[in-house]
Amino acid sequence: MKILVCISNVPDTTSKINFTQDNTKFDTTGVQFVINPNDEFGLTRAMWFKEKQGATVHVATVGGPQVEPTMRKALAIGADEGIRINAEPTDGFFVAQQLAEVIKNGEYDLVIGGRESIDYNGGMVPGIIAAILNINFVNTCIGLEIEGEKVTAMREIDGGKEKLESTLPLIIGGQKGLVEESDLRIPNMRGIMMARKKQINVLEPAEALHATSDKTFDKPAQKGPVKLVDADNVGELIELLHNEAKVI
Amino acid sequence: MSILVYTEAENGKFKKNALEVASYAHKVAQEMGTEVTALSFNVSDNSALGNYGVSKVLKVENEQLKTFHAKAYASVIAEAVKKEGAKLVILSSSTDSKYLGGLLSGMLKAGYIPNAVSAPDSVEPMVVKRMAFSNKGFAHTEINTETKIIGVSNNAFGLIENATDLQEEAFSPATEEKDFATKSVNVDKVAGEVTIADADIVVSAGRGLKGPENWGMIEELADVLGAATACSKPVSDMGWRSHGEHVGQTGKPVASNLYIAIGISGAIQHLAGVSASKVKVVINTDPEAPFFKAADYGIVGDAFEVVPELIEKLKEFKAQNA
Ligand SMILES: Cc1cc2nc3c(=O)[nH]c(=O)nc-3n(C[C@H](O)[C@H](O)[C@H](O)COP(=O)(O)OP(=O)(O)OC[C@H]3O[C@@H](n4cnc5c(N)ncnc54)[C@H](O)[C@@H]3O)c2cc1C
Repeated sequence: MKILVCISNVPDTTSKINFTQDNTKFDTTGVQFVINPNDEFGLTRAMWFKEKQGATVHVATVGGPQVEPTMRKALAIGADEGIRINAEPTDGFFVAQQLAEVIKNGEYDLVIGGRESIDYNGGMVPGIIAAILNINFVNTCIGLEIEGEKVTAMREIDGGKEKLESTLPLIIGGQKGLVEESDLRIPNMRGIMMARKKQINVLEPAEALHATSDKTFDKPAQKGPVKLVDADNVGELIELLHNEAKVI
Repeated sequence: MSILVYTEAENGKFKKNALEVASYAHKVAQEMGTEVTALSFNVSDNSALGNYGVSKVLKVENEQLKTFHAKAYASVIAEAVKKEGAKLVILSSSTDSKYLGGLLSGMLKAGYIPNAVSAPDSVEPMVVKRMAFSNKGFAHTEINTETKIIGVSNNAFGLIENATDLQEEAFSPATEEKDFATKSVNVDKVAGEVTIADADIVVSAGRGLKGPENWGMIEELADVLGAATACSKPVSDMGWRSHGEHVGQTGKPVASNLYIAIGISGAIQHLAGVSASKVKVVINTDPEAPFFKAADYGIVGDAFEVVPELIEKLKEFKAQNA
């Protein structure tokens, strides 16, 4: 089985979010970039397939040279080869088209993406790829088993889960649940050393559509201080929620 | 030229988000000088749409489409877009709608903005404010393609009544076998419970509750309020509650009108998932807990004392206001 894991290079979850250049650009000053958490669950599931059932695992990222440390981490975790499409990932549609090109040429059986990236929260890349390549697609995937061509997948739905059956080739939008968090791997020294020797193929982007463009950014309005209610007087909280906030 | 709205339904009845999306579409339609057409799947009584600004509904009645199926639904929506000459498709930001959003975007070569938090800044060009950086920021994004898709965040726009004269039309698109290549074999959903995505009120608890055996009072509080229950990540990681209840940056987003956080510290990853909620209440023993900075109302106190008291007082309140 040949697996491609699509990886988004995102600000670490604790990052302070600021914008520069008249609020038109995300300020990367002091920001640590990591593998998008949803993709990390997918990458770990790919490692499971590799180790338990035999598979080749490639990782692909759309981004400039600055994303290579994140790719090296994926290689240190155990991916065999990296593919970097050398372009700014300005919009989901553009990214999906670039990845679709790689998938078409690489003849992957299974493509693993994340439910969404935690920076722009678009959540559209796997779906667009599925539509472009006309391959089966399971979103918010929280469980994946493969026997030959046969796929059994679990997906999260609002208020529960749904079990699906499908066939390869398949693309998923994955998330926590694909593997447990305790199964996520921290690269060890051997992995890091081996990753240095692994190849990152740099491809130039294909002609593609920029379907959307971010014009400006802003931050949520500053909130006033919390109104404290005495623990001995919870009735007052109900009063406030009813008369002031009008939510009950 | 019209706007096409995908309306979610369950057991033959529209979900609240369907009416919210209709309300949103009506507002955009007014600005664009056009009308709203809705698409409904297996709903016999569509009249509710006429109260929220929809002037035409395409009714799909099809056994095969009784339950949600992403690829098949996306194909039907795409066909309706062609039939109506719609330039804009609007859906919600529920799990199912997000499943559809990407597929539709690819099928229609349409720029897609999910998680829209307010009506468009402008319709020509189409610029929409959307959530970004897991609620730590907003982007004002322009759609550059001729056909456009917007996904409206839950509870961001609200329900706005607009009575219109609703025309109904049967719509029987051709479905193909290949649209059903991914088959649903089982749905596991607790019937009758309010889900986090749909709930107006969410009652959430964290590690401060000490153990799963203490969730009875959380469920009771949720019950009194007609709320959904949720939890912080460590709580689901430890298996005290199901994964489906974990809210935050790596869990579910919550955009309820009221979010009550009990024994939750308010780590940045947790707050990212709940900041779209309108009113936040925190109950925590530690006055230094970061959640107090993000909350509107707070009680510094022990959950094991405050929550039972709150349940009693709420019952009295409900009895008086019944
Ligand atoms: C990559 C990454 C992603 C993450 N994503 C998420 C996410 O999506 N969602 C999420 O929730 N977390 C997430 N986390 C974890 C997050 O950093 C915190 O660890 C977590 O939110 C803490 O949960 P908690 O508040 O329940 O527990 P704790 O931090 O242990 O806090 C418990 C709180 O309960 C209070 N308390 C104790 N006893 C009582 C009592 N009797 N009555 C009232 N209060 C009491 C304490 O004062 C404390 O404030 C993520 C972390 C990482 C690294």
